[in-house]
Amino acid sequence: MDYKKAGLVAGIEIHQQLDTAEKLFCHCPTTLRETSEHHGEFSRFLRATVSEMGEIDRAAKEEMKSDRKFQYYAYDTTCLVENDEEPPAPMNDEALAVCLTIGKMFGMTPVPQVHTMRKLVIDGSNTSGFQRTALVALNGTLPNGGEIETICLEEEAAQRVRDDIFSLDRLGIPLIEITTSPCMHTPEDVQKIAEYIGMVLRSTGKVKRGIGTIRQDVNISIADGARVEIKGVQELDLIAEVVRREVQRQQSLLAIRDELKSRGAHIGVTTGTDVTALLKDTKSTVLKKAKKIHAIVLPGFAGLVGREIQPERRLGSEMSDYAKKCGVGGIFHTDELPAYGVTADEVTTLRTHMKAGEKDCVILVAGASEKQASCAIGQVITRATIALSEKPVPEETRKMLESGSSAYMRPLPGAARMYPETDVLPVIIDDARWNAVTIPELLTARAERFAKEYGIEHNYAMQLAGSDKLPLFERAVKDGIKPKLAAFTILATLTELRREGVDTKKISDNVYLATLQAVEKGQAAKEAIPDLFRSIAGGSSLEESLKKLAPCVSRGELETLVRKILADRAEFIAQKGKTALGPLMGVVMAEVRGSVDGKLVNEVLRTELDKVVGGK
Amino acid sequence: MAVVKLTSGYNIGVPSGACTFVERPVPPAGKPLEIHQNKNLPNLSIVSTGGTIASRIDYRTGSVTSQFNASDILVAIPELAQIANYRTIPLATILSENMTPAIWQDLARAVYDEVNGGAKGIIVTHGTDTMAYSAAAISFMIDTPVPIVFVGSQRSADRPSSDNAMNAACSAAAATSDLGEVVVVMHATTNDDTCAIHRGTRVRKMHTSRRDAFRSMGIPPIGEIEYPSRKVTLAPDAVRRGTHKLALHDKLDPHCALIQFFPGMSPDILKAYEGYHGLVIAGTGLGHTSTTLIPPLKHLAENGTLVVMTSQCMNGRVCDRVYDTGRDLLDAGVIEGGDMLPEAALVKMMWVLGNEKDTKKAAALMQTDLKGEYNRRSGHGL
Repeated sequence: MDYKKAGLVAGIEIHQQLDTAEKLFCHCPTTLRETSEHHGEFSRFLRATVSEMGEIDRAAKEEMKSDRKFQYYAYDTTCLVENDEEPPAPMNDEALAVCLTIGKMFGMTPVPQVHTMRKLVIDGSNTSGFQRTALVALNGTLPNGGEIETICLEEEAAQRVRDDIFSLDRLGIPLIEITTSPCMHTPEDVQKIAEYIGMVLRSTGKVKRGIGTIRQDVNISIADGARVEIKGVQELDLIAEVVRREVQRQQSLLAIRDELKSRGAHIGVTTGTDVTALLKDTKSTVLKKAKKIHAIVLPGFAGLVGREIQPERRLGSEMSDYAKKCGVGGIFHTDELPAYGVTADEVTTLRTHMKAGEKDCVILVAGASEKQASCAIGQVITRATIALSEKPVPEETRKMLESGSSAYMRPLPGAARMYPETDVLPVIIDDARWNAVTIPELLTARAERFAKEYGIEHNYAMQLAGSDKLPLFERAVKDGIKPKLAAFTILATLTELRREGVDTKKISDNVYLATLQAVEKGQAAKEAIPDLFRSIAGGSSLEESLKKLAPCVSRGELETLVRKILADRAEFIAQKGKTALGPLMGVVMAEVRGSVDGKLVNEVLRTELDKVVGGK
Repeated sequence: MAVVKLTSGYNIGVPSGACTFVERPVPPAGKPLEIHQNKNLPNLSIVSTGGTIASRIDYRTGSVTSQFNASDILVAIPELAQIANYRTIPLATILSENMTPAIWQDLARAVYDEVNGGAKGIIVTHGTDTMAYSAAAISFMIDTPVPIVFVGSQRSADRPSSDNAMNAACSAAAATSDLGEVVVVMHATTNDDTCAIHRGTRVRKMHTSRRDAFRSMGIPPIGEIEYPSRKVTLAPDAVRRGTHKLALHDKLDPHCALIQFFPGMSPDILKAYEGYHGLVIAGTGLGHTSTTLIPPLKHLAENGTLVVMTSQCMNGRVCDRVYDTGRDLLDAGVIEGGDMLPEAALVKMMWVLGNEKDTKKAAALMQTDLKGEYNRRSGHGL
């Protein structure tokens, strides 16, 4: 695929949780909780309000199509601010400081006075009905010559537990939002830039780590397509795939439009037809449960509603997403019928009743009320009209599906969603404050330094540079432990043990260092380290563990043991000569594993074997 | 600093000297939304005084201020149109800390005119800070056959989570109900599911910010409204529609004060109240001040100031017959205020002194239940 020819233009927004002691606008800790720990619940309705300019935002209007009651879980680590029952505290200065550091790292200009805004979000994820956000810095540069447009400091939204239930532990955690200009032109570019920005963020040491702590939104458009924002890409590796699939989707929608035009397709109706009575004896459980079933004919659409526009998605899926905004479960279309309990006879009856020809597609929606059904069929008409129009790709906010495809969420919001947060005072960033901001060493630079200084492999150096165990490594090296040993045990051994289910948190830094010292002093072999850690994590002291797992074997004892083994296997040695070294190494190690370093065993065995076989 | 709105919708502050002001045409005002009237629905009147229920950003300070009136409320809360037809009377657009006894009188007259004009119920939109004072004042100034419902909101109207819409819808439901007294209707809990109906003389704002800040003191709420069904349930002792004939008694004597006693309070403070016609004290416990305050209180009482004792406890009844300090206060001429809330006692005192010049008779009225403010019995709440 020639993305340049396709006119791909992409930008990203990166949302990264900051690792501050307190939330952005209250003094609660930034701790995530198990939902089973919640100790209170409450319920609320949200209503779209007009912006400062007197309009209702189009994205908010879409969310208002159904009346939804939201339920919230509260914890002993959340307060009245998360409950939207108390005005916010002043902006968390620690979070602002992290943003300024990151801004300086990208060569940005801070705004002279930071104003907190309310970004209208009435999907229930914010108890207030808005997300507080403030523009902190502007105009940064990227290594590819691209631009970082803005850095905003925002509050994290509440986590959805299921349906319309949200958990308040995450609400209010500070979040930095980094927005690039539309400066990328291939899927790989987008992924590379996202990786780079992520690395810069981690270099501060002040961002949260782990799944869900960083999310990428990707803005994508192609020639004749439209700007689409795909939200919530959590895995970096998926970014390029998301971009590829969106390009495919936009191209497919353009192709469908062209085909519709050539077929002379049109939309003749503005409302649906009530076919509830017609389908009263259906075996389809969804239709049977419905109070009202509405249908429309889309002339010339047959086969195209069911056509795939990206993996697992059809034009019908897009119509279905639009209809769902009215509270229905989805739509049925004749491109996929008979199915879902709807019989071939019913399809024929329906087609006849609706006077639909072979080239036409009939769409059904099943609603719990007249209002819901007519709302849903109206949405289908809206989406079908777009599919036929000059701009068949609507500007949308979409959510990423697991595989990298995406589903419609709402129209792209406009500036009308912004309203000043009247409860928070503006914060001045003067020259004195800006000049005092220091820039931390980039992880990549630090890794290079480690690789050189300590002679460790580059991939270990990079891992170490970004690891929260870095201070432990530095202490170990200072205490005289070989950098390679320290790096290996920190990055490989501890990780393996953790995956195995060993509670490595029980190994304190001091015990950890003492264990490595014991190895350096020859009290235990390198090979014994995993067993020693297992034993310590199990509750034993280092001394007990050493005694049990690594009884010291002196060089003299080792030599005696090796001589005995060689004597026992004289015939084998006579046969194999020097090549017996390999197999014998295994035999000796089986006896002394953990008590003597493998290198020493090798040395002693080789010397003793030489003595036996001489020059042979 | 000048505030600049970027095309993204974000505001930033930049030094005024760094910007050039570019004139921009004022966007044409949107078509005023038509409010549909339904002849089959009852007629209510909305008297607006301001407060958070009608608040928007104020560009002077950047905080919120009370800016819109009763018709704006109708446009902002379309649900109201399903409940009744409304006449809207914009009386004031103030935050309620700026309320005065003179505005209470204007309010009483406006409410009286509306009821007299045939309104089946009145909704008064009001800031929550002093809503309880105003509700008590209207309780004393009007004998009403119809519900007079005070309503406000704790979270400003310009946020999607504002409690204004639900409170307003519930207040309209209460105003069309079988009630016949002055009440406050606000959230009963933090949930958007129930509003409580509080008697105007027994209600108090008990939290600075929560939606359910308003509580009935000494008695349970006299009713509740479910939401979104708007089903109204009234307690047996709630005064019913038509029980009283409409009457206006709008005289008030504003030369009264309410002071809170505190340990070590200087007797000199009381000098400031010389010449006042009435003084309500929020005393400690059963209704006490320190012994050092008794001589100046006696001096005030002897010179014609009506002195009434209430309690800072908010819950329970004053009794100045238990301890010697109490007995001395009674001897000094202080009147026990029963279980009246200090604020309700102050408003009542203004009304009593506005209508009764005889100090003895006024004192007796202060100890008589007029509008549910003074309970003869203390319910045990079990």
